[in-house]
Amino acid sequence: MSGQIDEGLRSELQRQGIWVTSMQDLYNWGRRSSIWPLQFGLACCAIEMIATAASRYDLARFGGEIFRPSPRQADLMIVAGTVTKKMAPQIVRLYNQMPDPKYVISMGACAISGGPFKQGYNVLKGIDRYIPVDVYIPGCPPRPEALLHAFMELQRKIDEQKLTGVGRAEHLNAAQPSEFPVPAFGAHDLEPPANPDVFEPPKIDRT
Amino acid sequence: MTVESLEQIKARAEAAVPGSEIDIVHNPGPSRQSSLLIDNEHALAVARFLRIDPGLRLDFCSNVTGVDWLDRTVKKTVKVKKVIDGVEKEVDETQAELFPGYLEAVYHLYSMTHKHGPVIIRMRTADRADGARLPSLTPTWRSAEFQEREIFDLYGIRFDGHPDLRRILMWDEFVDHPMRKDYREPDDYEYEPTPHDDVLERAKQHYTARPQLDGAENIIAQE
Repeated sequence: MSGQIDEGLRSELQRQGIWVTSMQDLYNWGRRSSIWPLQFGLACCAIEMIATAASRYDLARFGGEIFRPSPRQADLMIVAGTVTKKMAPQIVRLYNQMPDPKYVISMGACAISGGPFKQGYNVLKGIDRYIPVDVYIPGCPPRPEALLHAFMELQRKIDEQKLTGVGRAEHLNAAQPSEFPVPAFGAHDLEPPANPDVFEPPKIDRT
Repeated sequence: MTVESLEQIKARAEAAVPGSEIDIVHNPGPSRQSSLLIDNEHALAVARFLRIDPGLRLDFCSNVTGVDWLDRTVKKTVKVKKVIDGVEKEVDETQAELFPGYLEAVYHLYSMTHKHGPVIIRMRTADRADGARLPSLTPTWRSAEFQEREIFDLYGIRFDGHPDLRRILMWDEFVDHPMRKDYREPDDYEYEPTPHDDVLERAKQHYTARPQLDGAENIIAQE
């Protein structure tokens, strides 16, 4: 474990040409350097996502350029755009079909909270109602730099994940769910309107 | 606009389709886009005329939309003669007239052949009931198919003769029609950082009242 190696000793050894590492570091380095996103976009945020993957911003520098058309081959779901209530069950279904370990970036105001359409009759008030989200990016839409930043934040998060012990990564903990119930279409709204295991509405008191 | 005026189009259409009744709905707004109100029974024949008439040839239906008109009462002050204390007098009296509501479908037509348009036609339902019916103009303009489905979905107008009348934006299990003016969405208020207007009113019902602890409630105005 990296925690058991003295950092000073490690850098001293490295200076002498001996490179010491741990399984955890190797494992996380491998995972964070090849995050394959799921290839789908929902609204204008998707255009920024496409720009991020293209040559000018070049997501390939971070190992995320291989957008997969199948959830079975994807590690990362970038929820890029407005999630309508009609689309939400499909998003949850796609998330369930992704193999562990899997991560979610909620991109833009709509995916976070419904954004400007929050009070509309057809827009989900945030994808975090049904699936756990790792990184939120505000913006309408966020610039490609913001998505790159979110990607780097996610890499940092992966780097810090432990393989064993109490705080170990979710996919290594059998007790942690990796699939979440798909909401059903109701008469006016999705049923249930949120998954209470994942989401708790923020409470605020006003007078 | 077309070379012909709406009055000329109306006259020629009424001549071409016997029995049809067309009204001109004037638009006093800045666009001045007046439209033709077509009776439902002859709508398909009139639409066919507008499409195939060599002078008009309105072969492109660019837009179909719905309008919801609620019941409205118009109050008028009328002078009425009344006998008061044995003397006949003219008295102002307020009369309220009720106009029942209806749903409307509006079609914007252009001609690719003659490069003119738009000619706007409308149809009105008898009432605002859930099963209000109108004839579908999809047989004349294929591009109306999805847009009539959208009107059916959001306003609840049933189009007779439509090849595939299903909901298009909302899911099939959805009930009610969300673009109707009296639509009330489910009260699923949770949290709004900057509530205002209608949202504020709705949010207030969910606020938990906070006790006044700042002492301001104890201040009494000095005499």
